[in-house]
Amino acid sequence: MSQETSAIKKIRATGAMREVMAEYFAELDEAAKTGSEKIAWCTSVGPAELLRSFGFLVYFPENHGALLGATRMAADLIPAATAAGYSPEICSYLTSDVGSYLSKTTPLTRAFGMESVPKADVLVYNTNQCRDVQDWLGFYEREWGVPMLGIQTPRSVGDLNAAIVDGLVEQHKALIPSLEEISGRGFDIDRLREVVASSHRCTQLWRKVLRLAENRPSPITFFDGTIHMGPAVVLRGDERAERYYDVLIAELEERIADGVGAVDDERFRFYWEGMPVWGKLRDNAEQFAGHRACVVASTYCNSWIFDALACADPFEGMARAYTEIFIVRSEEFKQQYMELMVRDYAIDGIIFHDAKTCPNNSNNRYGLPLRLREQIGTPFVVIDGDLNDLRLYSEEQARTQFEALVEQLEEHPV
Amino acid sequence: MRSRSSDPLYCGVDVGASSTKLVLLDEDREVRGRSIQRSGVDYAATARACLAEAIDAAGAGAGRVRRTVSTGYGRRNVGFADDARTELQCHGVGCFHHYPSAITIVDIGCQDNKIIRLDERGRRVDFKMNRKCAAGTGAFLEEIALRLDIELEELERLASSTSEAVRLNSFCTVFASTEILSHLRRGEPLAGLVRGAFASVVNRVAEMDRLDGEVVLTGGVVAHNPTTARIFSDKLGGEVKVPPHPQFTGALGAALIALAQEEKNA
Repeated sequence: MSQETSAIKKIRATGAMREVMAEYFAELDEAAKTGSEKIAWCTSVGPAELLRSFGFLVYFPENHGALLGATRMAADLIPAATAAGYSPEICSYLTSDVGSYLSKTTPLTRAFGMESVPKADVLVYNTNQCRDVQDWLGFYEREWGVPMLGIQTPRSVGDLNAAIVDGLVEQHKALIPSLEEISGRGFDIDRLREVVASSHRCTQLWRKVLRLAENRPSPITFFDGTIHMGPAVVLRGDERAERYYDVLIAELEERIADGVGAVDDERFRFYWEGMPVWGKLRDNAEQFAGHRACVVASTYCNSWIFDALACADPFEGMARAYTEIFIVRSEEFKQQYMELMVRDYAIDGIIFHDAKTCPNNSNNRYGLPLRLREQIGTPFVVIDGDLNDLRLYSEEQARTQFEALVEQLEEHPV
Repeated sequence: MRSRSSDPLYCGVDVGASSTKLVLLDEDREVRGRSIQRSGVDYAATARACLAEAIDAAGAGAGRVRRTVSTGYGRRNVGFADDARTELQCHGVGCFHHYPSAITIVDIGCQDNKIIRLDERGRRVDFKMNRKCAAGTGAFLEEIALRLDIELEELERLASSTSEAVRLNSFCTVFASTEILSHLRRGEPLAGLVRGAFASVVNRVAEMDRLDGEVVLTGGVVAHNPTTARIFSDKLGGEVKVPPHPQFTGALGAALIALAQEEKNA
């Protein structure tokens, strides 16, 4: 009977991760309250290394957005942003975060004892994700009267050529005078090299975590990955993130050695394309596990692997690393990338999440699923949903489609 | 046809958003009983009531039902089911029973639409469901009937009485209703508006996927409004097939799966 039978397996390292995250937020809270250190807000794939080299504590609003989604606070808070003039059809990270600010409520209170998000001394974005990040930080620029700086990245990049890289290098360098003034410190190229090197080591460890899922059974699911990527997102360039991934890798390697999968009796392996549905993470994880199916790979978790940070020139490294990522690339690149993923992870089927308020992370919209299936024959489903706004998630349809894909694979394996 | 009063029966029950359909099959894959009721709010009770009605129709006792497979949105609410399968699978199996070849199935239900492609062996090649909005579903026609203040049963009579459809542009059910009101104010004929609503359903479904090869239409909308099949046929420029009792295709498929599971276990 196609019913759900097994449970999610807890990763022991989760406790260590929570400690790292708690420490990170405690430092931010302390700095915000006392002014002991300067705080920079940085979009998730923004120039965090450059900011850290100036001694800023770096806060990532997308991380807060994900927390608002995962705690299911978003749907209650988005209306406050809508009432303030932000369309419910734009990024629901933005609307839930702005709604959270306007409503003076945050999941950081319950999770880490913080009264509010830490006020920024500077807001720094990179539009490699989308234009919404600029508008998002723009809200706080007006609210707090603090400076906003940014990198404008081209989109649909096929060949990442020298002209693009050179322009981005110059944009990064152009931030320096403002950051020197705000931080009160002079730019230190050696410190930047150290931070970039640490960030690169972190990203390589994160890659190792994700690549362990090539094993059958996989020791980790995409749903685990969305939680355990926390340190790679908020603490890259800080050695605590590296130390955490050593712990996680050891546990996952132990699972592999013992033949223990993240999902009992793994039968099918899926790729998740697009954003998680944060408020349904557990439901989704349980549903797949119940069908003895494991989501072993995803675009989302892979987006925090930055190979180019190994460049000798740290500016070129950042310029390349933040532009090489999937979301910035052309349809041809995306198709080739996914073909490789399907091959490397022995994928049986693909879940495309069409997130209503996140067009740049919804890669089903320009024919990619059909082209991919024509090329490599991998079946797929497209589920309608959203990263944070559960009013846009069609739960029963998503559930039926997952089940139907499993049934299809049962009767007609790839 | 054999008539053995003690032969086992196999039950398929399709608990849809609007109605619950149930089919009883014998070992020769002959339908012995059939029942349909509004799903209401208590899916489990409705499924039981359908079973009782179909058993009566079959002139059988409840003890003859050997195995039951449930499907549809309420598939997990059927207490007497031995297995639950998705409506994607059940519609595929039900249609392949009638048309054993490579086919593309278009199911237009009350709240969702499905396109299911089968290969020549009846294996599902791919499938697609509509987005979560009600455009192109039976719920759209229910809303239109409400707006026009006519009984649902009147829709088919009106749509079939004219060949002139008033074009509706809106995707959204609510906006389409408003659009219809503006057409009414301009004096457009009621029959043309209803035919336009049927055409709107067909257009929404046809844009879900490429519809090539042999197309089979199923679901409540086609069962109650055969004109939709004719509009579909005109749109595709070729014949579309409609199986007998198109609203019961999912339940039939579920019953066939129940029988196949029993044969496999034997």
